[in-house]
Amino acid sequence: MDLSYTDEQNAFRAEVRAFLDEKLPERLSDKVRLRHELTKEDHEEWHAILNERGWLAGNWPKKYGGTGWDAVQRHIFEEETTAAHAPRIVPFGINMLGPVLQQFGSEDQKDYWLPRILNGDDWWCQGYSEPGAGSDLASLKCEAKRDGDHYVVNGQKTWTTLGQHANMIFCLVRTSKEGKPQEGISFLLIDMNDPGVEVRPIVLIDGGAEVNEVWFKDVRVPVENLVGEENKGWTYAKYLLTHERTNIAGVGFANAALENLKRIARLEHSHGRPLIEDPLFAAKVAEVEIALMAMATTNLRVVSAAAEGQAPGAESSMLKIKGTVIRQEINALTREAVGPYAMPFVSEALEPGSNVEPVGPDYALPAAATYFNNRKLSIYGGSNEVQKTIISKAILEL
Amino acid sequence: MKFDLTEERQMLQDGLRRFLADTLDKKAREAVAEGDTGYSQEAWDGLAQMGVIGALFTEDDGGFGGAGFDLSVVFEELGRAGATEPLLEIVPAGGLIARRGSDAQKALIEDVIAGSTMLAFAHGEPGSRYDLSRVATEAKRDGDSYTLTGRKAVVPAAGQAGKIVVSARTSGDVADEDGLSLFLVDADAEGLDIRDYRTMAGGHAAELALDGVTAELLGGEGDAYADIEWATARATAALSAEALGLMEACRKLTADYLKQRTQFGRPIGKFQALQFRMADMLVEIEQARSAVINLCGHLESDRDTRELHVSATKQLIGKVAKLVVEESIQMHGGIGMTQEYDLAHIARRLTMADHRFGDSTYHLGRFARMRAAA
Repeated sequence: MDLSYTDEQNAFRAEVRAFLDEKLPERLSDKVRLRHELTKEDHEEWHAILNERGWLAGNWPKKYGGTGWDAVQRHIFEEETTAAHAPRIVPFGINMLGPVLQQFGSEDQKDYWLPRILNGDDWWCQGYSEPGAGSDLASLKCEAKRDGDHYVVNGQKTWTTLGQHANMIFCLVRTSKEGKPQEGISFLLIDMNDPGVEVRPIVLIDGGAEVNEVWFKDVRVPVENLVGEENKGWTYAKYLLTHERTNIAGVGFANAALENLKRIARLEHSHGRPLIEDPLFAAKVAEVEIALMAMATTNLRVVSAAAEGQAPGAESSMLKIKGTVIRQEINALTREAVGPYAMPFVSEALEPGSNVEPVGPDYALPAAATYFNNRKLSIYGGSNEVQKTIISKAILEL
Repeated sequence: MKFDLTEERQMLQDGLRRFLADTLDKKAREAVAEGDTGYSQEAWDGLAQMGVIGALFTEDDGGFGGAGFDLSVVFEELGRAGATEPLLEIVPAGGLIARRGSDAQKALIEDVIAGSTMLAFAHGEPGSRYDLSRVATEAKRDGDSYTLTGRKAVVPAAGQAGKIVVSARTSGDVADEDGLSLFLVDADAEGLDIRDYRTMAGGHAAELALDGVTAELLGGEGDAYADIEWATARATAALSAEALGLMEACRKLTADYLKQRTQFGRPIGKFQALQFRMADMLVEIEQARSAVINLCGHLESDRDTRELHVSATKQLIGKVAKLVVEESIQMHGGIGMTQEYDLAHIARRLTMADHRFGDSTYHLGRFARMRAAA
């Protein structure tokens, strides 16, 4: 038992911090801190800065142009970048597709697609969920029929995050209706510019439109865009989920959100005193901070086991549940903290390049929207109820 | 960063788990419950022989452990077994003797480690609740020794101990941190009345009435507060680890029961309503485990850091303990209400952990105040 980092790990942290000091544009960190919407160009700019340093793909091995970091290094990088309000790395190419191609893709696919992810030539999005296939993902219906050297794709995907920026989508499609639903699914890479692909934004409860519906009508996809074997896509999808679940606890995000909450509670006043001095409010903040302190250690326990080569199993389900609930509670307290100024719904002021004057303090504007937006945390990536099912099966053997 | 046990601690854990499982079977527990000391002498002697008491002291003090993670290993296992042997009292009382005692006083530790002398720590009073500085018991100097007069409340193992470490005021007002001193008192000293009783936690405690009891000063006069806080931090870590072990015992009993108990033609563990509640419980127990690690890993930190973790951990432990107890009983149904079934003792003991060294609400407020002051 030793809660301290090694000298090498501390040196690595210092290196990351120095890099962020020097290279993270203040324009971007201000936007992140104030929760302004980032443009596609903002994301691409940050990816390019990281890629230049060789730090874009924290979870890729070196031979594919990744960092080769272990789980503790990735954790330190995550902590430092979130504390510095760096934009998050857009996960679809780096964290999701990359590892699947490395594990299951052909040599040609690896040679072609992986460098393009690093260089920002493609913006990937994820085609998993469908209107009738959410938690029960294997019931998906979007169909790909073989026709010579092509698959012909028909159907619909939904909740496609940042699909409006994407030129490529990796999809789970049905290639067979035989056997169990899981056995007829394939993993297909589809060009969004192909005829028959249509993207429609979905405006969410916070007024933003980060997710989309994607429609496929007789879209012809070359067979070389099939990853791995036909009808084995479910295996690849499950593999992807385990990679998606690295940093699932979101400790860095939670710490940043807690600091923001405390800053606001010092600036807001109640009975003429800073809100943070109101014992009831302070107790609510204390309770979530205490939970976060414990969760951060749970996360380190999993990270440290992963660094020693143990694959995280149902532990990541526990982190997902606790991590998301804590972040949502911090968001709820932040909404509470800003008081009546949670009410103005002037989302234009948060849009890129907006010169709309915000109403109330700058920190108040995104409070309610963030609260509503982050209700997604306990729904996506396998809803918290799905995680509980995993726990009861895997750990409790119920 | 490392979250594995060292080889020595792993051996201690394995040996202790086996010993307790063998020694504290249902029959032994029933004998303890019906007996008049609240513990099993056989178990106590065995624990001493195994070196478990020695693991609570540093090498300098004659033991071979004494670090936070030694405490966590020992007390988690004691909790898992539902043991009532009063080892926990040795953590503050023995710790204070080792920290403040003269060479002659420290010689006592050898007997403690050997298991031949039990200790108790008499600090709380009828009106002090969980405030560590609120002490009304008075100490008066009388030549080379002191006499103590006052009352001490709910002192675990006071009726079984050979020596009692007693706090008393040598100066100052009732809630002052300054002016607190510590004393060693013989359990059979004249003027000391010990009203022994059994507790909800399964062991024994006592109310102490001191009427001019002769006592030996332990360390300097009037400067004991910082050490009382230090000793209480260590005792809180031990109690939190014990609570974690008790939670694990609840979890095991409940998960096993969900697989055995059949209703509506299938094991009740097949019902999603119960699966989800069990999963929630498990997530919270992992939180509790991390909280124990946080406190045990910061016992040697500076005072403010240590005390922040004391309150964070104890708050979380108290909150999770309540959930685990209530959910375990509920998921068991009627059988969970019976004294005969193992859960009853475990659930009572786990619940009572919130009534020592500050409960969940007390520490939530304390944590918030410490954060505001920082």
